[in-house]
Amino acid sequence: MVNLGGARMIKIGTAIPERIFTINRGTLKAYADASGDHNPIHQNEEFALSVGLPNVIAHGMLTMALVGKYVTDWAGGSAKVKHFGARFTKPVIVPADTDVDLTVTATVAAVDENSITLELTATSAGIKVLGMAKAVVFT
Amino acid sequence: MLNPDSVGRTFEGVGSVSVTQAEIDAFAAVIGEVDTSVAPPTFSIRISLEQSQSILSDPAIGLDWTRVVHGDQKFEIFAPIKAGDTFTCSSTIESYRVAAGNEIVTVRSDLKAGSTIALSSWSTLVVRA
Repeated sequence: MVNLGGARMIKIGTAIPERIFTINRGTLKAYADASGDHNPIHQNEEFALSVGLPNVIAHGMLTMALVGKYVTDWAGGSAKVKHFGARFTKPVIVPADTDVDLTVTATVAAVDENSITLELTATSAGIKVLGMAKAVVFT
Repeated sequence: MLNPDSVGRTFEGVGSVSVTQAEIDAFAAVIGEVDTSVAPPTFSIRISLEQSQSILSDPAIGLDWTRVVHGDQKFEIFAPIKAGDTFTCSSTIESYRVAAGNEIVTVRSDLKAGSTIALSSWSTLVVRA
């Protein structure tokens, strides 16, 4: 068990409160510019449909960046992250003029002297979009 | 199809990459991060994925980047990235297999400041059949 200060006693099984992020086409454009990933499946509906996708989809790495924000807010800043990994199991589908959710939760899976392992879940429209998502943060 | 001789090979990036505060600020703004004294944990994808693309889509390596989807991603961060950091980036094709006609390739990227690794990341890319 680790005391992170205040009432934050952390042990295996501790659930971290859920948080909901919003993603829309504007978010995808901003992420494309910030990351340099201009793949048209994240911008152009006609192109996305032509390659067999149901609609424009979010960058997997945008999903991961937002889940990373959930982790760093909980852990106390971007410098706290030691390991972060996830599998992209289903796309986050982003129709035009629509805000879609990215709903994130976590459970403490391991605690040692200087780090905490979080198992993360992320869903959009009720569908699990990440698998085996895990972060290790410094205490 | 990927040239099988490339599996296990390490490719050194051309030149070095310097991280600017403006780049960190833009990345942080998308996710609502206001503390930009260090980069968000996934920021390095901006450097590594572009390099992986340029290496893997070289005709001698032969990956069809237009059919690539991201399968999974992980980061091992030894030192958080800050504005002003300068890195060289090397990429190693760690594994390659074909399943149900899809090519699955894992590339490790190491960001080094001098001889010290600041960050390693692994990208598994799936080339859809």
